[in-house]
Amino acid sequence: MFASGAVTVSGSMTVKLACRGLSAYFGQLRALHDINLDIATNSVTAVIGPSGCGKSTLVRCFNRMHEVVGGARVEGQVLLDGEDVYGPGVDAPAVRRRIGMVFQRPTPFPTMTIEENVVAGLSLDGNRLSRTAKERVVERGLRQAALWDEVKDQLGKPGTSLSGGQQQRLCIARALAVEPEVLLLDEPCSQLDPISTARIEELLSELAADYTIVLVTHNMQQAARASNFTAFLLGGKLVEFGETNQIFTNPACRETEDYVTGRFG
Amino acid sequence: MSGAVVHRARSAALWRLRSAAAPWLCACCAAGVAGALLLILGYVVREGLGAFSLSFLTELPHPVGVAGGGVGNGIVGSLIIVGLAALMAFPVGTLAGIFLASSGWETLVDLVRYLCDVLASIPSIAIGLFAYSLLVEPFGHFSGFSASFAFAVLMLPLIIRTSEAAMRGVSHEIREAAIALGAREHVATLRFVLPAAWPGVVTGLLLAVARVTGETAPLLFTAFGSQFWELNPANPMAELSLQIFTYAISPYRSWHAQAWAGALLLILSVFALSVLARLFLRRSARS
Repeated sequence: MFASGAVTVSGSMTVKLACRGLSAYFGQLRALHDINLDIATNSVTAVIGPSGCGKSTLVRCFNRMHEVVGGARVEGQVLLDGEDVYGPGVDAPAVRRRIGMVFQRPTPFPTMTIEENVVAGLSLDGNRLSRTAKERVVERGLRQAALWDEVKDQLGKPGTSLSGGQQQRLCIARALAVEPEVLLLDEPCSQLDPISTARIEELLSELAADYTIVLVTHNMQQAARASNFTAFLLGGKLVEFGETNQIFTNPACRETEDYVTGRFG
Repeated sequence: MSGAVVHRARSAALWRLRSAAAPWLCACCAAGVAGALLLILGYVVREGLGAFSLSFLTELPHPVGVAGGGVGNGIVGSLIIVGLAALMAFPVGTLAGIFLASSGWETLVDLVRYLCDVLASIPSIAIGLFAYSLLVEPFGHFSGFSASFAFAVLMLPLIIRTSEAAMRGVSHEIREAAIALGAREHVATLRFVLPAAWPGVVTGLLLAVARVTGETAPLLFTAFGSQFWELNPANPMAELSLQIFTYAISPYRSWHAQAWAGALLLILSVFALSVLARLFLRRSARS
């Protein structure tokens, strides 16, 4: 019954993350209605839709961040490599280490240096990293986030001393340092200038070689530029899902066409 | 019709007059407040400076009729009593503040917050009586520790509310970012939110210390006072504001002068504490 409505990715791509009959609630309010979606390994999947359509809620269900808010709950399944992250005995923090997340506003930890920010996720269970291991992780993370060249001489400075775009890349480095398999980005560029935005979009296509990326955006051009697949949400329902090219040039649904051509939203 | 126009013109004039007068009224009130403070400060300085000297800070009180003498034992007593009180109230208060800021248990949070407000409004003399019945009467003698306990109870609501506010002041996003990295919720609170809130928490402690430093009422039947260098909080201890009280109600002119000097010292130390608190707060506002 769940599978009947599922939109599957075509061809030989393997599915990294999938949701089946996923509904999300805030108290009595139902924010997501029965979402079925497959996200392909090593691709960038964009989630688009007007404000309040449930884009953020959807990705927050993927790494169990939805339930952090009081009164919020989830029904249905989110399958990571075929295993339900909401299954019995599954530890939410462990899920979040496999599915990293970057938020709308850059959130470097204010009391930490650039270096400490990058490794913040690694010492959570109390074990200490050796000096050399730490240096390796910091350099790798910052290089992956295309920030290394800009900050390599000021690793001891506060993370908050960087510019907005740099802070956001620092947050990406911090998320990557934990070595997740999936990276969720919730409107990562909405507070950034066009040049910083371009850098991050460029970065996403590089990162897709190693990670599965889900990008929430209210910027349709960004979705068109930076993603392989696009999911269009409206009113908490998945209206259409397919290859980005097809969604933007030849959408199957009337609502999708209206949205991507700028007639509303 | 012309009546309406005249009326409008008159109300416009009235409005202009009012908006011209309002800033002046506010300025007068502000000047009144500042003036009262300056008057008190000036008077205390004038009366207190005469007896203020190095020996006043370092010596024991002298008997009536013997010139000189100081409140050295009172200063030491104050430091010990307030220090012990801070040691007791700070961990309990901060943890309670963290609980109020981060627990999802709404009913209990509301109840604790309400009780905290009630505690804050209990007169300090009643808290002194409470300490007396709990720690003085059963032991049969006054003690510095019982005063510390009373002070700790007085400090608690202030520390709880300021640390709660400091924790809430830290952006919710910091907590979410830590949880999204895989931190458990208590780890996110203690290792990521608390450090960011730390300057505000310390500010709350300093303000609470400043608040009890000027308290006298609970000391009357807890610390009781002492003429000696008493360093053991199990015994009755001297305390600065208590000494001021004793000197002030005495009939001797030389003791009155010492009371004024003590008041000056007290005001200066509370002032220093609040400047320190402001510096901390400014640091937190920057980060």
